[in-house]
Amino acid sequence: MSRELRSVTTAFRREIKLALKRPADIWLSVGFAVLVTMLFGIALGGSPNKLAAAGPAVLFTTLLLASFLAVSRMFAEDLEDGSLDQMLISPSSLTAILYGKVLAFWCLHGLSLVLATPILALLLRLDMDQLPLLLLTCTIVTLGLNLLGLVGAALTVRLRAGAMLLALIVLPLMVPLLVFGLGAVMSASQGESGIAGLALAAAETLLLLALAPAAAALGLRITSE
Amino acid sequence: MGFWTWLNRQGSPPRFFDWTKHWVRWCWYLFFPTLLFGLYLALLVSPADYLQGESARIMHVHVPSAWMSLTVYFIMAVQAVGVLIWRLKVCEALMLAAAPTGAMFTAVTLLTGMLWGRPTWGTYWVWDARLTSELVLFFMYLGIVALAQAYSDRRAGARAAAVLCLVGVVQLPIIRYSVEWWNTLHQGSTIRLLGESSIHASMLWPLLVLTLATKLYFLAVWLSRARWLIVHSERQSAWVLQRLGLAP
Repeated sequence: MSRELRSVTTAFRREIKLALKRPADIWLSVGFAVLVTMLFGIALGGSPNKLAAAGPAVLFTTLLLASFLAVSRMFAEDLEDGSLDQMLISPSSLTAILYGKVLAFWCLHGLSLVLATPILALLLRLDMDQLPLLLLTCTIVTLGLNLLGLVGAALTVRLRAGAMLLALIVLPLMVPLLVFGLGAVMSASQGESGIAGLALAAAETLLLLALAPAAAALGLRITSE
Repeated sequence: MGFWTWLNRQGSPPRFFDWTKHWVRWCWYLFFPTLLFGLYLALLVSPADYLQGESARIMHVHVPSAWMSLTVYFIMAVQAVGVLIWRLKVCEALMLAAAPTGAMFTAVTLLTGMLWGRPTWGTYWVWDARLTSELVLFFMYLGIVALAQAYSDRRAGARAAAVLCLVGVVQLPIIRYSVEWWNTLHQGSTIRLLGESSIHASMLWPLLVLTLATKLYFLAVWLSRARWLIVHSERQSAWVLQRLGLAP
């Protein structure tokens, strides 16, 4: 096993262990997603027609907001206990460490949101026949969202301005993932195959997977000089 | 003398400060006649559109601003490369100086688009692909400005903004394409601001002249602001005091 790969797995295991010590954080982002969906349901008045029209849009906006909020705390603990500085001075590649970190983050926060998707779909009265496609799309989209969030979190980690600035930086960049994911689900609900949107979302996520950790590493180095 | 040596010399703050002085002045001298001539062509010479009437004249401001809103972003991305690789102070100043003007052109594009939309589409705002991606671009400019200003150390702020700018330049074509794809999926064909139909020369000339005017305006404002940023960050150094006549 190469050295880089070992850094990835070490960082991955560290993140998982730390997060499992306090599982409340994960439940909070799931709870937030359900809460937002509830607010939308109440605001739309619960009428089936309105829900059918707005359901997928509400679902993806909720996913986007929930992953954005989770991401805003991504480096906070590492900064407080000094392990961020350890990452920066460690001889292993910072990009590799960030790969491990973001993949662990996605396994915990992203996938728990994906697991919550059936509940959200139920609340929004989406067509349950499309559940497999919906789950697949959400799996891909949440990974992309977390990768974008990684870059934003790295650039704002030492700033007090915090979440609002992160929103301004990251949310515009999340537009393609929102549109592609939503496109897959919407075209499937119109009886077409959702493969086009799914493929586009996957392409965007792959692009981010290739570029985002390196950009985040560069951002961390810059902001920590 | 190789190209890189030449670039490095021109990029040193005192040299940049000296040679841009004349550039700024000449850009302003050329800008005002070009603007007036362009407006004369656009408002008086070119005929009213047979379909849209007088409101089509908004295009003469809207289209050059829309072109500039994208051009400025790419110029910033080029400067961002200079910031991250060679750490040139001049590139930092040029990148930060371009952002407010880029945001201004984006805002002008959005406002003129809305003013044109009211008589043409009957509403101020349509989620048209171009308007939507222009709105996203506006927020990307704001994000870069806000991130750069959030750092107390200006050089660190400039470098962080450079990273964001480069991430944005990769995402920008995808955002534009995604919004267009979204529209074709759900709204059918959207109304194009500029149709595929050929544009008559009487309409084309004012457009070209005003495009030149926006470029001159941008150069003048951009270089002046960059000069100011450089003087501000180098205000303790001898060359600034010398040029301002404050040297002991």
